[in-house]
Amino acid sequence: MSSMQVDVVAADRKVWEGEANSVYARTVEGELGILPQHTPLLSVLADGAEVRIDPTNGERQALTVSGGFISVDHNRVTVVADQIESGSAS
Amino acid sequence: MRVYRQRIRSVQATKKITRAMELIAASRVVKARQAVERSTPYAVSLTRAISALATYSNVEHVLTTEREKPRRVAVVILTSDRGLAGSYSVNAIKKSQELIEHLSGAGLEPVPFLVGRKAVSYYKFRRREYAQEWSGFTDSPTFEAAKEIGDRLTEEFMKGSEEGGVDEVHIVYTLFRNMVTQEPRVVRLLPLEVVEGELDEEAGGNDLLPLYEFEPSAEQVLDALLPKYITARIFNALLQSAASELAARQRAMKSATDNAEELIKKYTRLANQARQAEITQEISEIVGGASALADAG
Repeated sequence: MSSMQVDVVAADRKVWEGEANSVYARTVEGELGILPQHTPLLSVLADGAEVRIDPTNGERQALTVSGGFISVDHNRVTVVADQIESGSAS
Repeated sequence: MRVYRQRIRSVQATKKITRAMELIAASRVVKARQAVERSTPYAVSLTRAISALATYSNVEHVLTTEREKPRRVAVVILTSDRGLAGSYSVNAIKKSQELIEHLSGAGLEPVPFLVGRKAVSYYKFRRREYAQEWSGFTDSPTFEAAKEIGDRLTEEFMKGSEEGGVDEVHIVYTLFRNMVTQEPRVVRLLPLEVVEGELDEEAGGNDLLPLYEFEPSAEQVLDALLPKYITARIFNALLQSAASELAARQRAMKSATDNAEELIKKYTRLANQARQAEITQEISEIVGGASALADAG
């Protein structure tokens, strides 16, 4: 299965980066699931939204972001937010 | 002689302090630079997203449109909270004065916003008016601080000069080039010019920006992103300034330490000389006394 590069970036640090099979996030429009080869997208995330990342190897990442957006291009997902709290819930 | 000894002791004590401050500044400068680096990915992602928006949508936004007749201009001055950093704060203030004169010359009314206690005391001492001050975080700025400043400035800008706000925002900060060079700089923050050149090299600007889908809509995405972009730029300016401040302090303290060493050397010489003079005098007194006794006897 193909994978994509994911970067999670907070205002003052890089939170997570790696390869992933899928990313789920809640935008202001609703739940959004991103699989590899997704069309380029720029979307505003809902406040206090949860972002879940399924890495190709390793544990599933669950993050709570506030004031963020997500961008997808060239098989690369970037989650950018003012504040990110990570909890690697399963 | 006792006087010289005292001086040496006091200079030695001072030297210890300046030396300690130098070392502290040196270690914190490294941290400050790391902070600058850590905040870069965020700035790069934001810039990319915004240039994408600017390229593929013809959205006009309040924050990016030039006002036809600007009247009031906000000038944000970033200085340090503490002194003992050589000419760091002075340089930033000087640069801001140039800018203010330039603006007044062009018939605009500058409105100063101050960051750091040094700028505040400069303005207070001269009894000049300023709009607002922020201080207490200049050597390790937080994102929250940047956000606070950004929100306030955006608010002022949105008001426009008719309602007591401003039409343009300029920011004076100190760019950290390397350990030896830091230069004060002026950047126009608002209305925004989406600068693609600045961060392009780091962002790997060669690859073409893809045709994005915007969700919910280009306008709304822009609405959400622009304030963030402003905050990110302020944050970056704050971090750069913090690194510059610490580097300036390190250099100032190094030269203070060197100077103290010189002084100690000089006073040791003088003390030795004084001691020798005392001994010589004592000997000649004894010799004189002895020969006087011999003459009498």
